[in-house]
Amino acid sequence: MVRVQQEDFDVGAEIARLTEGNRAVGGLTIFVGLVRDMAGDHSIDAMALEHYPGMTEKKLAEIEAEAQARWPLEASLIVHRYGRLEPGDRIVLVACASPHRDAAFDACRFLIDWLKTEAPFWKLEETEAGAHWVDARDSDDTAKKRWLAD
Amino acid sequence: MKLRYFAWLRQKIGRGEETLQPPADVTTVGELLAWLATLGPGYAAALADRKAVRVAVNQDYVGTNHPVAADDEVALFPPVTGG
Repeated sequence: MVRVQQEDFDVGAEIARLTEGNRAVGGLTIFVGLVRDMAGDHSIDAMALEHYPGMTEKKLAEIEAEAQARWPLEASLIVHRYGRLEPGDRIVLVACASPHRDAAFDACRFLIDWLKTEAPFWKLEETEAGAHWVDARDSDDTAKKRWLAD
Repeated sequence: MKLRYFAWLRQKIGRGEETLQPPADVTTVGELLAWLATLGPGYAAALADRKAVRVAVNQDYVGTNHPVAADDEVALFPPVTGG
């Protein structure tokens, strides 16, 4: 399941709903991304996340389908926020449930790695010196590539 | 053709979307970007560094040789930074 929303999410409520009534689940992993107050050597007052409505949902659904094809998942969830966020705010939730932990860990890592390079989001950082768009990071491409060899 | 712009491309061009009719000899993404860059200083500035621009046609990432047609939705944006 994939959701793109402005509002915050409740991690406990999300994972309870994800696995409710499913007795085949033996392991559940989650990744929660938060807004840091520092980027390199400068502090951040806030961050505005822009996205491409329609394509975002399409890409996230494709990434999730890829994870479902690679690992035996009982359930998975991606919730990604957009709009103005402040340090400490939650940005993204990835959750994967599987009969065994290995698949849950690997699929969760795969989803966040791929999401960072495939989902059409852009971050505008607000700092004391003004606002600037965050550049894509080579390390994110590297993180994605490690799944291509599989 | 529906054009959509995001992040700093949107800011430099000065709008988030518009409908344009490129000339008939614009048949690929590369030709479309070259034509857009002639439309004004904002477009020229946004497309000055072509390597910094990513393109999606009908919401799929494509390269510069991908064909474009009149009823396509074409989006231009910088490399993505989600998560």
